[in-house]
Amino acid sequence: MSELLKNIVRFALFIFIQVFILFKIPPLHRFITPYLYYLFILWLPFNTSRSGLMAIAFIFGLSLDYFTHTPGLHAAACTLVAYIRPFVINLLISQEGADKSYASPSITSMGWAPYGTYVLVLTLFHHTYLVFLEWMNFGSFLFFLGKVAATSAVSLLLIFLTELLFYRKEKFRTNAA
Amino acid sequence: MRNVFLFIRRYSNFIFFLVLQIVALSFLFRYNKFHEAAFMNVAGEITGKMDEKYNGVEYYFQLKRTNQQLVSENEKLHQLLKENYEIADSSRRFMMDTLRIDSLRKIQKYYYLAAKVVGNTVSSQANFLTIHRGSAQGVKPNMGVVSPQGIVGTVVNVSSNYSSVMSLLHRQYKVVVKLKNGGERGTVEWDGSNPLYVTLKDIPKSAKVSRGDTVVTSQTSSLFPGNIMVGTINDIMDDKSSNFFTLRVKTATNFFNVEFVYVIENSQYDEQKKLEDSTRKKFQ
Repeated sequence: MSELLKNIVRFALFIFIQVFILFKIPPLHRFITPYLYYLFILWLPFNTSRSGLMAIAFIFGLSLDYFTHTPGLHAAACTLVAYIRPFVINLLISQEGADKSYASPSITSMGWAPYGTYVLVLTLFHHTYLVFLEWMNFGSFLFFLGKVAATSAVSLLLIFLTELLFYRKEKFRTNAA
Repeated sequence: MRNVFLFIRRYSNFIFFLVLQIVALSFLFRYNKFHEAAFMNVAGEITGKMDEKYNGVEYYFQLKRTNQQLVSENEKLHQLLKENYEIADSSRRFMMDTLRIDSLRKIQKYYYLAAKVVGNTVSSQANFLTIHRGSAQGVKPNMGVVSPQGIVGTVVNVSSNYSSVMSLLHRQYKVVVKLKNGGERGTVEWDGSNPLYVTLKDIPKSAKVSRGDTVVTSQTSSLFPGNIMVGTINDIMDDKSSNFFTLRVKTATNFFNVEFVYVIENSQYDEQKKLEDSTRKKFQ
């Protein structure tokens, strides 16, 4: 399957899983909202241009927003993630040159620790900004802190499970190919 | 001039990022204020169709419960039929007078439009329902929505076949209600913590309040007819520093399994609104 087709399928899948499974789960606590959808942005190929990343993330976030009736909320958070993503990747893999030899960020291409840090940092950015926007409308500071912490923990768990269940095989690209 | 272009080229990514942020945030704040956004009508039609497909599966698992709700509502309505009120054999027979004083003027104020719920959330801080009835079927924004058990919310946005209903479980939702016993009016809103309970404020301390009391809609809200069930008082939080009660109300509607609702059209809403607005303008 070509990279483009794969990402189009992922786009639809992530939105459907988020809207029709994760948002339908009966609420455990008001601090906990299971978010997984932004993993789509983390999985985009290394060679996507920076403005391309942001445009894709904006459209991706906005299509989720139309399901939740909050136009702009997830789009803003996704755009932030897409903007920060190249900086984080450059910091984490500047030595190994994985962005040249592999297609997209994953455990195989980056290694456990750098990939974990990459997910953690972007998750925190995403949730902090998302909950901050929610907090501006209503809520207390405790709501802000509690929700960022609890939601990030749940998201990291979900991403961890997704990585284990759907192991992505990354081909090592050589100059010859 | 050349430096300006160089600047733009150098920071093009950052500028693009800022532009997207501004677009997204303007969408968000505009929607929070006026509940309208670009492409919302088109998008509402598409997401509505998908919600409907999902509901087709989910509905099957709730058939039994939905049936029970509708049967108990039918029973309630049967009790109200005028045939039930007949005194045996006397000159003072109870008859319902259906003669209108002025046959040209409508006397029915509220009309009920049945609608199926095809989308519903309870887990976020801003919950909406999607119902399968839109502007083509006579739904307009600012119509009240009730379920067989109690009130649900208010229509905020319509596309041609679907409507978005702001649920009682939305942090910005407010509705005027009253106590069934004493008639004291207060406001119901949601604090965002538990989708089973809402908060009732502004009931004066002079009111007699006890646990289990019924809270119903007040006709002053102009979205709902009076005396529709809202919920029952679950807990009384006595705040010594205030002259008003803060009450925790268990909602009558079970938002986890609501399947059918009625959209309430107030045929005199525009007239009343116009009068109230002009009065306010006159004394400002």
